[in-house]
Amino acid sequence: MPHDGHDHDHTEPPSDVALRVKSLESLLIDKGLVDPAAIDALVDRYAHRVGPQNGKKVVARAWTDPEFKQRLLDDAREAVGEFDFKGRPGERLVAVENTPEVHNLVVCTLCSCYPWNVLGLPPVWYKSAPYRARAVSDPRGVLGEFGTELPDEVEVRVWDSTAEMRYLVVPERPTGTEGWSAEQLEKLITRNSMIGVEQAKSPADLEGGA
Amino acid sequence: MTTDDAEPGFCEPWQAQAFALANALIDQGVFTADEWAQTLGDEIKRAQAAGDPDTGETYYNHWLAALERLCAEKGLAQAGEIGTRAEEWRDAYLATPHGKPVSLP
Repeated sequence: MPHDGHDHDHTEPPSDVALRVKSLESLLIDKGLVDPAAIDALVDRYAHRVGPQNGKKVVARAWTDPEFKQRLLDDAREAVGEFDFKGRPGERLVAVENTPEVHNLVVCTLCSCYPWNVLGLPPVWYKSAPYRARAVSDPRGVLGEFGTELPDEVEVRVWDSTAEMRYLVVPERPTGTEGWSAEQLEKLITRNSMIGVEQAKSPADLEGGA
Repeated sequence: MTTDDAEPGFCEPWQAQAFALANALIDQGVFTADEWAQTLGDEIKRAQAAGDPDTGETYYNHWLAALERLCAEKGLAQAGEIGTRAEEWRDAYLATPHGKPVSLP
């Protein structure tokens, strides 16, 4: 803000790209194609209200409630609706469960399709070309970069998201958490573990402050 | 690659506005989620071919390019109109005393 304190007779215009967005928005509002209140509500929702905290609740419930887990695996869209996290009509959500035999990894090779209703906005690396390409060509290499080493006999399944089909990984429940409440378990669940690039934290990770 | 759970979704406000605009148009059925994903994927490929590093940092630039393209294709707003409107906004900013709300005349 080089003008602050010197020149108060005008307002510094935003960047060119911000002006383009503002212009498009005001044109669409003028033509009655979008409702400014709907735009504000979407911004508020994605900037503040949805995020991995939603997915954590879903996974912790699945870990503690076998009947819910079955409903989640049968039809994840309906099951997360129990938390009011249902996405847009027509978007299917599939929950894929990690087991000692199978590890699941989610990518969108085309762009950035992501289960927004349960994980919020995708992290920058999820949208990057190296991840989009290598999650498919070298999934174990990608997992290694996240510090996730799996035994050779574990099968790695890669799920390529689309606009209509999105995936949520249910990580394995860590050992040593018997008797933990859903609220305690939520602390072990990370966004990355629900994309499948990492495993859930262990109780020891929590103690170490990691 | 980061392992931080708390990485912010939007770095700048215009990214949130562009994100919301595309989603509002999908919600209203102006275009489908699939049309949107195809166009966004296409803009990402195009930018990559033109030398964009495509590390995810420029993602919302591709998002905006896809949004402008679909709006033009659907006859909602043409590039010329957007450019003219942007100049009007720029003039409005420059004519508004600092601290006062900016609006078009």
